[in-house]
Amino acid sequence: MLSYALRRLLGIIPVLIVVSLLVFAFVKLMPGDPARIYAGPDASLEAVDAARHQLGLDQPLTIQYLQWVGNFLTGDLGIAYRNRQPVADAIGESFFPTLWLSLAAFAWSSVAGIAIGVFAARRRGRWQDYTAMSIAVCGISMPSFWLGLLLIQYVAVPFGLFATSGYAKPLDIVLPAITLGSTVAAVMARYTRSAYLEATHEDYVRTARAKGLTNRMVVWKHTFRNALIPVLTMLGLQFGFLLSGSIVIESVFSWPGLGWLLIESIKTQDQPVIQALVMLFVTMFLVINLVVDLLYGFIDPSARRD
Amino acid sequence: MTSTTAMPTAASLSSPFQRWRRRFLRHRVALAASVILLLLVVIALLAPVLAPYNPYQSDWLAISSFPTAAHWFGTDELGRDILSRIMYGARLSLWVGLASVSLGTIGGIVLGLIAGFKGGWLDSLIMRSSDVLFAFPGMLLAIAVVALLGPGLNNVILAVAIFSVPIFARLVRAQTLTLRHSTYVDASRSVGASNTTLMFRHILPATLPSVVVYFTMRIGSSILTAAGLSFIGLGPEPDVPEWGNMLASSRSLMMAGAWHVSVFPGMAILITVLVFNLLGDALRDTLDPKAR
Repeated sequence: MLSYALRRLLGIIPVLIVVSLLVFAFVKLMPGDPARIYAGPDASLEAVDAARHQLGLDQPLTIQYLQWVGNFLTGDLGIAYRNRQPVADAIGESFFPTLWLSLAAFAWSSVAGIAIGVFAARRRGRWQDYTAMSIAVCGISMPSFWLGLLLIQYVAVPFGLFATSGYAKPLDIVLPAITLGSTVAAVMARYTRSAYLEATHEDYVRTARAKGLTNRMVVWKHTFRNALIPVLTMLGLQFGFLLSGSIVIESVFSWPGLGWLLIESIKTQDQPVIQALVMLFVTMFLVINLVVDLLYGFIDPSARRD
Repeated sequence: MTSTTAMPTAASLSSPFQRWRRRFLRHRVALAASVILLLLVVIALLAPVLAPYNPYQSDWLAISSFPTAAHWFGTDELGRDILSRIMYGARLSLWVGLASVSLGTIGGIVLGLIAGFKGGWLDSLIMRSSDVLFAFPGMLLAIAVVALLGPGLNNVILAVAIFSVPIFARLVRAQTLTLRHSTYVDASRSVGASNTTLMFRHILPATLPSVVVYFTMRIGSSILTAAGLSFIGLGPEPDVPEWGNMLASSRSLMMAGAWHVSVFPGMAILITVLVFNLLGDALRDTLDPKAR
């Protein structure tokens, strides 16, 4: 198990190297002269040249790349052009709002999604199943930012209980978390339902019934537990999607998180921030997927052999 | 589907395609979704004829008007007719969905076929590249591409297409790997069929049922991604009647209590994406009855 984990962990290093090259190339190809953006629109040519030298932008690209990677590994993410503050500070401030939001969304959507999926599967073909699955397919078809707008208009504004934007008190997380988790809940409900139904057709479930186990034992110990393996995998993948979903949802609620910071930086062409944020998103996404794979290998030993 | 080497008599009884068509026509959801999709396509194509107003023109006497007899869906903050804008928006959304997923599918099919059929270093190269693309969460990749190329409809299409490529490449590769050694492929290889013939005439048709299912479902999610991009200001110009744009500009009026500015464009996205998702589900059920 340990060697499998290590092998997988080492496996993401080449991907990260290629991604870092891509991100670097991507930022270099972005329109706009970074020295000009840093020095400001009114700066003289000399000031722009000085900024270029100060930022190391007059160095060859290979040197710039190696410097960036080296600094990145030691935690130095550079200086943001917009406010000339360290990028690490900006990201540090934005990280926790995004983390709390994602966790809150993940918590409710996974519980609700799995519960609805099992519920629908156990009432397969009846009206409860149809209702639950109709809601779920609408959930995956609805733009979640629209749900956010509707929640602001019809819940936040009339009741005054939640902020329409930003983050002032703990309760303010409720509406963004509902919005962000809605798609995941719908995806999980559909996925759990079909995983559960698939498990009910397995021979061991028939055997369990045949040997006279109670319905409860058959449902929870034999069907649900086996259906859980693919469900957990899917759940892990969904957490990664929550991260990218948060980019749009944060801008609906002006949530001061990483996604909001990313969009602001793109609009102000703040390249060091974009560079660091994209790397951070990709790294988190890869690590989450890795953890999911490892958990999968832990639950289902046959998955470890590849 | 055309690749099956059925006996002539069996074929005249019922081909796989005919059997699929019978199942599809009996599927009520599939039929309903097809009808609505057809309606959406007609609205999109005939928008210039059907739309009551010019989507860019302001009616200065009816600014931010609630739905009335003159403006069925009301008007926005500049007095533009929302119904007309939604009709023109259908053109953009359907086009973005279809164009981006078609680009992604064609790229993915070719890469997946080559990777699965040739194997070796080509396979490793293609699959490792798609791993790299998969390392980007979908929305992030789209945002990155648009940030690089600049906002605009064509760049949105490209941004969404790029994420579809690895999905189809993996799907087609996995099927190619199993089909490569199937009896009918071995048989035609033994009578001297070229690799191109094997790949495109014998293996590709057999992968099409699952490609069609993914294709339909990806259109829905691509329309959602594109609308999200416009919503955060990375899509076409703000005055273009794109549904995500309309929702973004509805915010100020919404806060003033207008419901129609957000409800109608949102419903338009929901219905369009829903139709593709339902159709995708129905195609999966009818193309592969075992999967249900």
